[in-house]
Amino acid sequence: MTVDQALFQFLLRLGDNTLILGHRVSEWCGHGPVLEEDIALANTALDLIGQTQLWLGLAAEVEGKGRSADNLAYLRDAWEFRNLLLVERPNGDFGQTLMRQFLFDAWSSLMLEKLCDSSDIRIADIARKASKEVTYHLERSSDLVVRLADGTAESHAKMQAALDDLWPYTGEMFIGDDADDILVANGIAPNPADLRAAWLTIVQRLETESTLTLPESDFAHQGGKSGRHSEHLGYILTEMQWLQRAYPGATW
Amino acid sequence: MTNEMPLWEVFIRGQHGLNHRHVGSLHAADAELALLHARDVYTRRNEGVSIWVVPSASITASAPSDKGPLFEPSNDKVYRHPTFFDIPDDVGAM
Amino acid sequence: MMYAQMVKSTGNAVKSPTEMTEQERAFQARIDAGEKIEPKEWMPDGYRKTLIRQIGQHAHSEIVGQLPEGNWITRAPTLERKAILLAKVQDEAGHGLYLYCAAETLGVSRDELLTALHEGRMKYSSIFNYPTLTWADIGAVGWLVDGAAIMNQVPLQRCSYGPYSRAMVRICKEESFHQRQGYDIMMKMANGSDAQRAMAQDALNRFWYPSLMMFGPSDAESVHSAQSMAWKIKIDTNDGLRQKFVDQTVPQAEYLGLTIPDENVKYNEETGHYDYSDPDWSEFFDVLRGNGPCNKERLGARVKAWENGAWVRDGLMANAAKRSAKVAAE
Repeated sequence: MTVDQALFQFLLRLGDNTLILGHRVSEWCGHGPVLEEDIALANTALDLIGQTQLWLGLAAEVEGKGRSADNLAYLRDAWEFRNLLLVERPNGDFGQTLMRQFLFDAWSSLMLEKLCDSSDIRIADIARKASKEVTYHLERSSDLVVRLADGTAESHAKMQAALDDLWPYTGEMFIGDDADDILVANGIAPNPADLRAAWLTIVQRLETESTLTLPESDFAHQGGKSGRHSEHLGYILTEMQWLQRAYPGATW
Repeated sequence: MTNEMPLWEVFIRGQHGLNHRHVGSLHAADAELALLHARDVYTRRNEGVSIWVVPSASITASAPSDKGPLFEPSNDKVYRHPTFFDIPDDVGAM
Repeated sequence: MMYAQMVKSTGNAVKSPTEMTEQERAFQARIDAGEKIEPKEWMPDGYRKTLIRQIGQHAHSEIVGQLPEGNWITRAPTLERKAILLAKVQDEAGHGLYLYCAAETLGVSRDELLTALHEGRMKYSSIFNYPTLTWADIGAVGWLVDGAAIMNQVPLQRCSYGPYSRAMVRICKEESFHQRQGYDIMMKMANGSDAQRAMAQDALNRFWYPSLMMFGPSDAESVHSAQSMAWKIKIDTNDGLRQKFVDQTVPQAEYLGLTIPDENVKYNEETGHYDYSDPDWSEFFDVLRGNGPCNKERLGARVKAWENGAWVRDGLMANAAKRSAKVAAE
């Protein structure tokens, strides 16, 4: 694998994460528990879509085959996507959505911090822009998760259930492969495993501030980063890509 | 209503502003959440830099300047409590 | 008019000056002088009640209005269209929020307004009971529905009640891109493939008359309209706004090369306006009564969001109480 090939994979991973997560969050529009939350979720989704355009745009540039961010988003099939399994999990209830967001934001903030120092200036630039947004996302998702976990007995139970459900999908964030090794060797991106300790520190806030219990199992579902996705992605892409697939070549 | 989230007034000082201006209100369970929501609701187009949130119930407002038949000295809060409806005109200061 | 559907201001004809009390005369004089009425000031009971219903229903319209467009966010055909639509729907939520806050200055809580909506005691604009079948509908909604709403909202910036008028100023500022993005979608489609052009025409066919209905039936005989106009809560007549909308929109349709689904639409040299056919008002009243294509789904979605969100609101409030107790104990 060349550096550019590894880089292409890495950028697809980043862009597909924000694409699929932004898509999921946007499903809440008009259905939030309170009006202010509807607005906040829409903001989060908008930030994620913006980051998608940047990451997939750079991916297309690195690939050098004349594709665009939109081509990558709307014309690849499920086995070509590179997002984490975590972000394709269904929204579930508000607690599951916020827990998914918190677990992802914690990782994303650490990854972006490292990418600000990437030897690839283009990546460092995007990371700097995205960092500001993700710092805010993490503040918001952690504040909400901690509050709901220490609210009523019902809200606590729901947050614990969400944490239990999503925990097995977090391990994937820290498992590296050949592409990651090449990027580490070239100073472009961090070793995924190196982020785990800092991530745990952030996530442990759940235990100290809200009496949630972190699950003990260290089993990790994997496959998203190499295109082996859950069934959910098929449904997501059917909805997302339908117009472009039904009317090939049309301008919208 | 039982358990309704309290109302907060939002004040924002823009990037080149000298003072905080009142921009509106929103509902939130506590002050930190009110700040986060204020950022999302009132600075969606990056209009603001410094945000203050104050519980509406904490705001004391001056009486309207007109006196005469239009002056109603019933209470001195800007936003009425939902139980407003039956305050008689001639009750005087409360 | 659009948010005042089923608003009954006083049930009586506008009072003549001799029929008014001294307070009512002074109040009317302030309105006539163009002064703003503010929350703390004396106002007739009918003024307050009419405003609560009108502002409240306007707010309900914004949040219910998120649904027909919101359901296309996940199907938007490009990343840019996705972001633009999401921003627009988010704006609508924000507008609802400003309006609920304006209504709350009149002595009602947002929760009370929402309960009234969920129980069917308050309404929202009838247009949102129509389905968005295709992507072209998103264009048509932006072009026609937002176009009609803007026509109504711009004059309301001058309404007599301060908080409502200020909310309208804020809303109008943010509204500017909504209609343009809808028309931009229509242009791309009208100038696109045959299939896209057909989709655009189909959307216009289905949204034309419901958009005309948004302004409400003729208020020539309505005492309620007269009172609202005297109080400057309503600025223009329903027919006046509808004619203005038609005059503005017909040339826009012609520019797109699309056909308005009304063979009577024709420029009238004598009047200087476009002639047009009235919508079928029996359909309007059916929709108001709950028999529109999407009434049950729209209200159902709002009720479900509210009920499913109860544990969240309760959880956050319980946590806030714990925080206060902790602070008090320190």
